[in-house]
This record gives sequence, structure tokens and C-alpha cells, in this order.
Amino acid sequence: MTRSTADAGLTGPAATAEAVAAGPRAARPTSWSRRRRLRKTTELSILLGPGLVLFLLFVLGPIAVGIYYSLYNWDGYGPVTNFVGLKNYTYAFQSDEFITAIVHTLLLTGLALVIQGPLALGIALLLNRKFRGRGFMRLVIFAPYVLPPAVTAVMWSLLLQPDGFVDAVFKSVGLGGLVTLWLANLHIVLYTNFVVLTWQYLGFGIVLLLAGLQGIPTELKEAAAIDGASAWDVTRRITLPLLGPTIRIWVFITVIGSLQVFDIIWLMTQGGPAGASDSMATYMYRTGFQNQAFGYGTAVSIIMFVFCLVFCLAYQRYALRRDTEGAMTRAVA
Amino acid sequence: MAALTVAGRPRSRRLSQWTIMPATYLVSIVIFGVTIVPLLFVFLDGARSNEQLGANSIGLPNPWVWSNYSSILTTAPFWQFIGNSALIATVATILAVTFGSMAAFALSRYAFRGREFYYTLFISGLLFPLVMAALPLFALLQDLGLLDSWLGVALPEAAFALPITMLILRPFMRAIPGDLEDAALVDGAGRMRFFVQILIPLCKPALVTVSLLAFVTSWNQFLLPLLVFTTQSHFTLPVGVSVYQSTYSTNTALELAFTGLAALPALAVFVFAERYLVAGASGAVKG
Repeated sequence: MTRSTADAGLTGPAATAEAVAAGPRAARPTSWSRRRRLRKTTELSILLGPGLVLFLLFVLGPIAVGIYYSLYNWDGYGPVTNFVGLKNYTYAFQSDEFITAIVHTLLLTGLALVIQGPLALGIALLLNRKFRGRGFMRLVIFAPYVLPPAVTAVMWSLLLQPDGFVDAVFKSVGLGGLVTLWLANLHIVLYTNFVVLTWQYLGFGIVLLLAGLQGIPTELKEAAAIDGASAWDVTRRITLPLLGPTIRIWVFITVIGSLQVFDIIWLMTQGGPAGASDSMATYMYRTGFQNQAFGYGTAVSIIMFVFCLVFCLAYQRYALRRDTEGAMTRAVA
Repeated sequence: MAALTVAGRPRSRRLSQWTIMPATYLVSIVIFGVTIVPLLFVFLDGARSNEQLGANSIGLPNPWVWSNYSSILTTAPFWQFIGNSALIATVATILAVTFGSMAAFALSRYAFRGREFYYTLFISGLLFPLVMAALPLFALLQDLGLLDSWLGVALPEAAFALPITMLILRPFMRAIPGDLEDAALVDGAGRMRFFVQILIPLCKPALVTVSLLAFVTSWNQFLLPLLVFTTQSHFTLPVGVSVYQSTYSTNTALELAFTGLAALPALAVFVFAERYLVAGASGAVKG
């Protein structure tokens, strides 16, 4: 808060504009402008202060303190004394369990981009026309996204029970041979999680892309069609390029979300069996909190954060900078 | 779409009528089946007994068993979870939107050195998901004596809602014409009064969107309340659902009923608030 006050005290162009606007009241310029400046400083600290304190204390603070904890061997209670340097980090990268969790997380992220992306795009393109029940469909598509992930996870773990709803559906359409222990089969469990994640988050992509599609002027498409472009050409050469910013934001949100995936995996399988569906976040929670290797757990979260940061910087550098509006871009610039 | 119906292009129109429209309906039906049918079965299965479930996993309740629902709705935990979630989400939303709109006002309509720095600082919060800050946050809350307290969940959630709030509110506030502000100042209103009496009412659509986003995010948050709460009567709905699942792991029908009821508030809010949430989603794109 003191910082904001200090910075706020400096006069910007607006103050001059105010002085002009205030006109006759600026009779005694020096003391008036000082009082005016003081008032602006006060206003700014009142306006910015609470948000800034909340943000620094609960968002940036923990990240910074986390770096400190990650250098200690600490169980989360009592004094932090046992300094171990970078041992938590070296241990993490030597741990097969954690490497597996990283691979799983990257795999889930890749699958989300490669499968959910085209699927969402195709559905959005198909639904971006007038048809009976369009409003209703939009509601249906978005519905899973607003469910608490915890509810989604519990719901699907119940439906996926042996001889449960999902098994019965497979059998009723003659695919009974495919039925397996969805949440216990070591080779399947990660993909079961992915399907449930897709169920929850696909609608978000579709709705985002539909909103983007509606922002594309129809004149452009009409003009191209009059010039003889086929529907496919219009989609490929006009719609998709203009949808670029929306697609890039979707990719950004999806990657950041996938890198920290926790709720659904934790509640369906707890990362199991035997780590077969571990993500970085479930590994962090299990080691750091449940097994009370708190310092180590924070080291894992810092590693997760570095993944996030590296992606953001690279993505900003190579993809997002093309977009004219760069609120996200500026954040990582 | 319009391209396909332009007069004088019969081939395109035929394509539209004979392949695209049936495909649209087909995909709609598939989406409906995959999305709504499982949800529907959660509710229906909640009205069946475990014997009925065991005999046939897909089936209508026969007879309808209301005891699962009534036993959940007439006992404390479910309502406690709902109440806790509502309290925390309300407080987090009020804090995030109040402090967020104040800060967005300062960062959109005041000129001062460091303005862009502060904005970037807030927006950088988008890169720090709560999951990654969870463990150090737990230690911080422990030091502040906020463990097992609803404030210990509401305050961090409000803080983590600030970045998206600022991202949506600042451009919105910026777009409001400066003439309005000048007029208010000439009339002797002062900037604070301009903010409260003129700007805030003008920002109502954006405020509704950010409020809903903050509320839904808090309502759905799982990891933070899982870390913070130890007393069952303090649990939020997502934590409650997970605990209920492990407590009644042998009673599938009861679990299904509980899960269905737990899904209802989110679905109900969503039906009324869909367009604001969509606006929020696309607001992220428009920046």
C-alpha cells in the first residue's frame, strides 16, 4: 500500500487535464495543485490498497514463500529449520513416481489439445447456424462445465462402477467385450480420466468458439461465396483464420488448466492404482499434504509453476503476440 | 451459414439442406445423449433401491424409492454443506468484486506512474492457479490462525478471483466516455462520487459477469476447502460430496441421490445465468 501511495503521488497527464477542467477554482495554483495531488494520492491508495493487499498476501505471497519452504525438509507444522538446499528438487527429478506424474500430465495436456480442440471446433462450426433448438443445445453443451468438478468426479466414479451404468450401456449396444475395470485397469485408468475431463470441459471450448464465430462478420463470408468460394473454402480461408485469437486463448486456458488437473483425478482414482493416473497435482497433494513432506510438496508445486511459466513465455513469444489485444500477453511480456 | 443460402447458388443450398442440417441434428442428438443422459440417470438411480440397481444398471425406478432423497433432505449435512458453500462464495464474490472494481477504477481512469505495472501485476495472477499455491497457502493460513475457518477459504478465493475480475472490468471502465466523468467533475461531484454513483451503475453488465464467475469458481473450488477444513460441519459442498462418497461407499443408490442433489444448485444457477457466463468466457478473448 505504501508503494501505491508513493507511485500515485507522481503527477500524470490527467492531473494537468483536471487543472484545466477545474478552471476558475484554480485561483491559487501552488497550494491548490498540492492539495489536489494529495487528494489523488489518497483516493488511489483507498482504491488500490485493499485489492493489492489481498492479492499480494494470498496470491503472490504464497508463491514466494513456497520457494523458501521448498528448500527445507519440513512437515508443515512447527519451526522451519532443516535446510536441505535443492535436495527436494533433485529428489523429485530422480523419483520415478514424479517423472510418471509429469509424463501423465503432459500426456493429458497433449490429448486435450489434439482431441478436444478439433472436436470442439468441429461441433462449434456445425452448430453455428440457425436451427430449431439452438439455444437449448447451447445450454446442454455448457452444462457439464458449470458442475463442480468434485460432483462430476463422484458422479462418474459411480457410473463407472463394475456392472454400473457405463458397463450396461456398452453391453446394450453390443460392445460388452470392451468392458473393463475402467478405474482399476492400469492401462486404461488414465484415459478414463481423460474422457471424464473431456466430458466436463469440452463444452467450454465449444461455447468459447461459438462466441468467437458469432464475432465474424457474415458479410465477409457472403462476399466470398458470391465470388464462388465453396463452403469448405470459406471455412478454411476466412472463418478459421479469423477465429485464430479465440483458438489461441482456448489453447492457453486448456494448457494452464491441464497442467494443474487435480479434482477429478483425485476423486476418481486418487492418482491410482499404483500411480497409474497420477498427475503432478495429485502427486503434490499426496506427498506434500497426506504424507506430510510439506517442503517436498512445495518443491513439486514450484516445478509445476515453472512448467506453467515456461509454457506461458513460449506461448506468448510464438503465438499470442500475433493478437492485437494482448491483456494476457502483457501479463507475461 | 449465410454463405450457403445466398440466392443463385443452388449447389451450396442443396449441400446445406441434405448434409449439413442432418449432421447438425445428429451431432446435437449425440451431444444430448452423452451430456444429459448420464446426468438424468444419476437422478433416476437415486430414486431406486440398491436391489434395483444390482438387478439392472439401466432402468427406470420401479417402484420409485423416495427414501434416499428424503433422508438426505431431512438431515443436517446436506444443508450445512450448501450453507457453507453459499456463505463462502458470497463473501468471496463481494470482496473480489468490491476490491476488484475499485482497483479497476484506479487503473482505468487515473493517470499515474506505475499504472501499467500494477495492472500487469494483477493480470499475472492468471498464471498462478490456486492448486500451485495451495501448500504454501495452507502454511500461511495456519500462521494467520485461519485454518478450519470459512474466512480461510473465502479470503484466498477472493484474491484469486481478482485477476479475471480486473481483466474484464478494466477495459469496460475504460470504454466509458470521458465526457461523462468531466461533466460529473464540473458539477462538483468528485471522482469517488462519480465512481459510486455513475460508473458502477454503468458497469452493471460486466459486474454481473465477474460476480457470477467469482461465485461459480468459489462454489466449485475443491482443493482449498479440502486443505483448510477438518470439522465436517464446516465442509463446503464439493468436499462434502467426496466425504459422503467414502462414508456411504456401500450404498450406491444413496450416493447417487446425494450427487444428484449436489449438482442441482449449480445447474439451477446456470440455467438463469448462462448468457452472463458465456459473456465471461468470451470476455477473456476480447480482453
